Amino acid sequence: MSKSLQELEDIAKRVRRDIVQMTGAAKSGHPGGSLSAVELIVELYFDYMHIDPQNPKWPDRDRFILSKGHAAPVLYSVMAEAGFTPKDQLNTLRKLGSIYQGHPDIRFIPSLEASTGSLGGGVSLALGMGLAARLDGRQFRTYVMLGDGEIQEGQVWEGAMFGSYHKVDNVVAIVDYNGIQLDGFVKDIMEVAPLADKWRSFGWHTLEIDGHDLAAVRKAYAEAEATKGKPTAIVAHTIKGKGVSFMENNPKFHGVAPTPAEVELALKELQ
Amino acid sequence: MAIKTKFELKPGPATREAFGRVLVELGRENRDIVVCDADLSKSTMTTYFAKEFPDRFISCGIAEANMVGIAAGLAYAGKIPFASSFSAFVVNKGFEQMRVAIAYPNVNVKIVGTHSGISIGEDGPSQMSVEETSLACSLPGFIVIAPADESSTKALIRQAAAHVGPVFVRTGRVKAPIVYNGGQTFEIGKAVEVIEGSDVTVIANGLLVAEAIRAAEALDAEGISVRVLDMHTVKPLDSEAIRRAAVETGAIVVAEEHLVDGGLGVRVAQSVVEQAPVPMEFVGIQNTYAESGQPEELLEKYGLVARDVIAATRKVLARKK
Repeated sequence: MSKSLQELEDIAKRVRRDIVQMTGAAKSGHPGGSLSAVELIVELYFDYMHIDPQNPKWPDRDRFILSKGHAAPVLYSVMAEAGFTPKDQLNTLRKLGSIYQGHPDIRFIPSLEASTGSLGGGVSLALGMGLAARLDGRQFRTYVMLGDGEIQEGQVWEGAMFGSYHKVDNVVAIVDYNGIQLDGFVKDIMEVAPLADKWRSFGWHTLEIDGHDLAAVRKAYAEAEATKGKPTAIVAHTIKGKGVSFMENNPKFHGVAPTPAEVELALKELQ
Repeated sequence: MAIKTKFELKPGPATREAFGRVLVELGRENRDIVVCDADLSKSTMTTYFAKEFPDRFISCGIAEANMVGIAAGLAYAGKIPFASSFSAFVVNKGFEQMRVAIAYPNVNVKIVGTHSGISIGEDGPSQMSVEETSLACSLPGFIVIAPADESSTKALIRQAAAHVGPVFVRTGRVKAPIVYNGGQTFEIGKAVEVIEGSDVTVIANGLLVAEAIRAAEALDAEGISVRVLDMHTVKPLDSEAIRRAAVETGAIVVAEEHLVDGGLGVRVAQSVVEQAPVPMEFVGIQNTYAESGQPEELLEKYGLVARDVIAATRKVLARKK
């Protein structure tokens, strides 16, 4: 599915527009942490991962788990854009009967890799999938995206210990380090810094990148793939609400949807 | 109607031992069987599997939440994982993961808790699991099984492996009296009529099946005909066997090595109330935590032996009619 940088940037912009419109239409949801993760996920689905929307359960496909499940809008937009799910239903997000549930739900979208939403669980799932790949001699890789607030959950670190001990080098953890969680700035709720040092000390090959720089994101995924004997953690520095001036670095937009007027304003900025 | 066969109830292997043994057989038959354990393999007896299949034995360390998540990830990718620890740890510390990573997406993971109930003995209440059946039954889609002895454990673990979907199996630490001497078949969701009877029914599982048999034999000598059902599957219940017990015997006692709150008893009671209300009594742990002691002493002190089943049976018979 390899695409040029310009094409990826265009897709990223369309995804941002979707996120604003979907959460606006739903009148609830999590736009901020969806907007911060756009490049990280777009690069996977449109460039790096081996996937086939026509054959979503292909056993050798690469896998992506959105452990920070509240950022569902970004994943839904990307999956629809990639052809896994219908684009024309995106604005049914969070409505009764919609396949686009509040948090990713594999019962409604079988091409998801896991149901998520309770924070802290995704690393374990990814490592289980990574072990299964190794047991079966398959080459697929598993990517799991975590929020920076999410890593306050202890299970993440149980998984981190497990991943390096078992040398699950086909798993990549991506931390969307946007510095904001529901109640405010991460540093004011429960500081997680020094974040890269934490992953390093748990035995993961650890990279720090600008999570909005598509070239840097691609390079990081390639470095992760080249790293043998240990899993990789990518600490991606991002901006919560990225791309919409009044949402950027604004804790309010962690879990509050834009009003119709705000949607209009945001879409103008995302021309 | 006198009891036809005398039960010897000889001491047999613990149900955890039977679990560990059958797991090796399953491992030989199916390469997709994998086992996760949280630093208790020598107690849960998954050590047998670990020795024969080191590549398929996944040591998770003392981290049950992650272990349950790892098992879910393995299952998502097509494996048939058995995740095992003491019931007190795997269910309580892994409950959120049993809920969100297994039950909600309906993932094919088998959780086997060992050292269930108070009969684990000297280690005391922090290690004793008396709530896990209630917790596991609360999860939509989970099958919950509490086998009585060696052969039923082996058969039901096999059925758990063959079933596609979440299963919790409750096993124990101590030697389990042999209830079945071969020839008996077991099916998830199908109670076994261990003793025929017409005056009253005792529905039991786990170690209490043997106690129910002892109680039935004692009462038989007095001319009271007690039906004994081994309700090894707590969820889904064998509602037809329960209906027949209610209609044909008119009184029911439920006996289990679990808190009475949320266990087999309340589930059977719900089924009875829905189908054919009759007087019921409950033998189980009453709103308390136990203590250290020898298993037999504890079962006696906390009201989980044949004497208690007999007392409950007399009480329910007095209420009958």
